Amino acid sequence: MKTPIYFDNHATTPTDPRVVDAMLPYFTQKFGNAASRNHSFGWEAEKAVDNARKQIADLIGSTTKEIVFTSGATESDNLAIKGVAEMYAEKGNHIITAATEHKAVLDTCKKLEKHGYRVTYLPVKADGLVDLDMLRESITDKTILITLMYANNEIGVIQPVKEIGKIAHEKGVLFHTDGVQAVGKVPVNVIQDNIDLMSMSAHKIYGPKGVGALYVRRKSPRVQITAQMDGGGHERGMRSGTLNVPGIVGMGEACGICQQEMPEESKRLRHLRDKLKNTFERELDEVFINGSMEHRLPHNLNMSFAYVEGESLLMGINDVAVSSGSACTSATLEPSYVLKALGVGDDLAHTSIRFGLGRFNTEEEVDYVAGRVIEVVRKLRELSPLYEMAKEGVDFSKVQWAAE
Amino acid sequence: MAYSDKVLDHYNHPRNVGSFDKSDPSVGTGMVGAPECGDVMKLQVKVDEATGVIADAKFKTFGCGSAIASSSLATEWLKGKTVDEALAIKNTDIVNELSLPPVKIHCSVLAEDAIKAAIGDYKKKQTERKPVEAQA
Repeated sequence: MKTPIYFDNHATTPTDPRVVDAMLPYFTQKFGNAASRNHSFGWEAEKAVDNARKQIADLIGSTTKEIVFTSGATESDNLAIKGVAEMYAEKGNHIITAATEHKAVLDTCKKLEKHGYRVTYLPVKADGLVDLDMLRESITDKTILITLMYANNEIGVIQPVKEIGKIAHEKGVLFHTDGVQAVGKVPVNVIQDNIDLMSMSAHKIYGPKGVGALYVRRKSPRVQITAQMDGGGHERGMRSGTLNVPGIVGMGEACGICQQEMPEESKRLRHLRDKLKNTFERELDEVFINGSMEHRLPHNLNMSFAYVEGESLLMGINDVAVSSGSACTSATLEPSYVLKALGVGDDLAHTSIRFGLGRFNTEEEVDYVAGRVIEVVRKLRELSPLYEMAKEGVDFSKVQWAAE
Repeated sequence: MAYSDKVLDHYNHPRNVGSFDKSDPSVGTGMVGAPECGDVMKLQVKVDEATGVIADAKFKTFGCGSAIASSSLATEWLKGKTVDEALAIKNTDIVNELSLPPVKIHCSVLAEDAIKAAIGDYKKKQTERKPVEAQA
């Protein structure tokens, strides 16, 4: 076993060596521009792009013509939301999203608010799921888009996408989902799930960074989006720019591998994740799961280790790569807004750790990480005045904290 | 973020971890910060009441590595100082000693606050106690 150990697979994943092998010829030998229509270099590149489009479409149950390549999921989210907002501006100006969305969605919505659009940010329940009745009631005759993520990047909670899509379609509203964390990890089918637009990213599924895609439905309903970049009219006018052929080949191959290995891989990772969770719960008191365990990605665990601040825990397990919802580890110095939306108190948010397992993690690594975390949590609790007070039975709500 | 060697040393080998009996009249206790803010420091001094010299100091901290290091360092510095000398410890001294980056300056401020709170608690106990002793 080699250290450091990578347990941060929601942030990014290593590129699968099989993906790299598939990509390599497209740098030096088959380097053509897929838009070059009059020589073999171009045809070769176009063929490779078509093949990748097919691999992606197959994974999500779409047709190849519904796949638009982008630079990644942030661009896909921007293109979907701004593209729909602009295209359907005459129909309405209202967008519905949720408080736990990724910043690529939330900040895009905030930008649109500055341009006269109205955005509803749905709260979520304590388990991280949106309330479908509340969603239904939020729809007005001005609503043009519902954008709700498939699975959350921090807590791994999977939204009832199929039902959300059904509600959207009943009301004649388009449904976009950020599928970044779900595609390739759990079965996603744009037809069965009633999805109109879906953002995807290659580097979260063992593909390369810098390439992603947007699924745009062509039939019932036929979705139109306004391009957000002007240029050569690539990707059927929706996204100009010379195609990143090696990246696209890599994304296609990554999707192909996911489709083939998902049943076995998700089962294996679920077992490892559950082992990690069960070990913590057995060995430590006062640990809390954030978000629904039932509606959750198989490889995600988000746990609060009460009375142990997240950054200090990360410092103690410096040969393990994980993330924390603690303020100290964020750029904004605010604790995780996702946990806040679940109603997790700031005190517990500061103690949260996200474990994201992936294809290349082993059971030996899980055992090692569990052991390290337990050891450091125990050590830091010896150091924690809060743990001492909790053991003495102090009611924290009655303490007069002398905050700065 | 990269931590300085001194922060890492205090984190890995925290000095003077523990607690004194809060009700002991020779003990001053300061607790600052709040769980919601991600930092709580408890710092205690045990003072030789005859000389006013801090004989021992202990801490417990909930917070990031820099907060742990700041309070661990504070206990080292407190020992052997008189209570009035202790009040002269400034957060900037801690920042310099531990090479804390700007985002971690609040940890040093908290440590200074904890020292002041602990000394303040000790002094309060002493003044409350004197009239009682005078009567005895």
